[in-house]
Amino acid sequence: MAMSLIWTVMVGAAVLCGLATGNGPEVAKGALDGAAAGVELCLSMLGVLCLWTGVMEVMERSGLAGGLSRLLRPAIAWLYPDFAGDRRVMDAVSANLSANLLGLGNAATPLGLEAARLMAERTPGVASDGLCMLVVCNTASLQLIPTTVASLRAAAGCASPFDILPAVWLASAVSVAVGVTASKLMARLWR
Amino acid sequence: MDLIFTMLVPFLMLGVALWGLWKRVDLWGALTGGAEKGLKVALRIMPPLIGLLTAVYMLRASGALELLGEALGPALAAVGIPAETIGLLLVRPVSGSAALGVGAELIETYGPDSLVGRTAAVMLGSTETTFYTVAVYFGAAKVGKTRYAVPAALCADIAGFLAASWAVRTLF
Repeated sequence: MAMSLIWTVMVGAAVLCGLATGNGPEVAKGALDGAAAGVELCLSMLGVLCLWTGVMEVMERSGLAGGLSRLLRPAIAWLYPDFAGDRRVMDAVSANLSANLLGLGNAATPLGLEAARLMAERTPGVASDGLCMLVVCNTASLQLIPTTVASLRAAAGCASPFDILPAVWLASAVSVAVGVTASKLMARLWR
Repeated sequence: MDLIFTMLVPFLMLGVALWGLWKRVDLWGALTGGAEKGLKVALRIMPPLIGLLTAVYMLRASGALELLGEALGPALAAVGIPAETIGLLLVRPVSGSAALGVGAELIETYGPDSLVGRTAAVMLGSTETTFYTVAVYFGAAKVGKTRYAVPAALCADIAGFLAASWAVRTLF
């Protein structure tokens, strides 16, 4: 529903603005070019995308996610003090976090939802501090290797599509740190 | 330092391959099976991408994005965010595929190694589709009272956008 509305607003704004500025013919041409560009983009990012989903599959099958999740345990206990003693929640949350870090989005979401369900059992209908933290952590991008973006850059003819990694890590770290700090602060104020 | 990041991909591939062999994983099977999943991902994002790039190209051609950039640009520039990324900022928390479409157009138009192209890429890589995630998680947990989750998540998004602009300007 949200998408239908967004798309209509975008097209509506383009048509109205095109008429107002006299760019009508360009808007018509833009529609045709854009549709073709969608296909071209998908095809040109396909190679890098498939390479990475392949490498990630190896990471997943070789137990890299499981090892990482054990390493993350202490940090998770600090983030979720109310659930530190709950084995099932801790397992699901740390598996969710490690899958997020490795970019295994398809694995991360079911694990995160399982953790959310388990957390909500204690306080039905109301988000506990732990659940808020879980949601905030999942709305921040923790992916160490942003493969889709890298394939977008590769598709645009970039020679080293991964040279943005340090910047992405910095920005992600700032974003997560602010999210976690805001959650911890608001948990005290928001009763 | 530059060489390390340029060579990161080959290093990672080698490391993962050796680790996989050590762990006696069917390496080739996992690699090709995973690539097949990538094909499915591409197939899944193609229809929304076609629809959204159509709309984005129309918006760009109509001059609406420039108008929006001019209107809100000074405020963005004051905090160090390139005005051209305004469209991306608006759709990023709401729709992942729309953000991908807008970001792709920015990278294509300004070039992947330009300030705007790089900032758009870093923004895409360091933020998530906040409202979608919130809806899915609280929906699954059947929670109606979300308390401070949305404001805290939006704080993280804004910090991400600012940090992305700042990181690209400092590092490149």
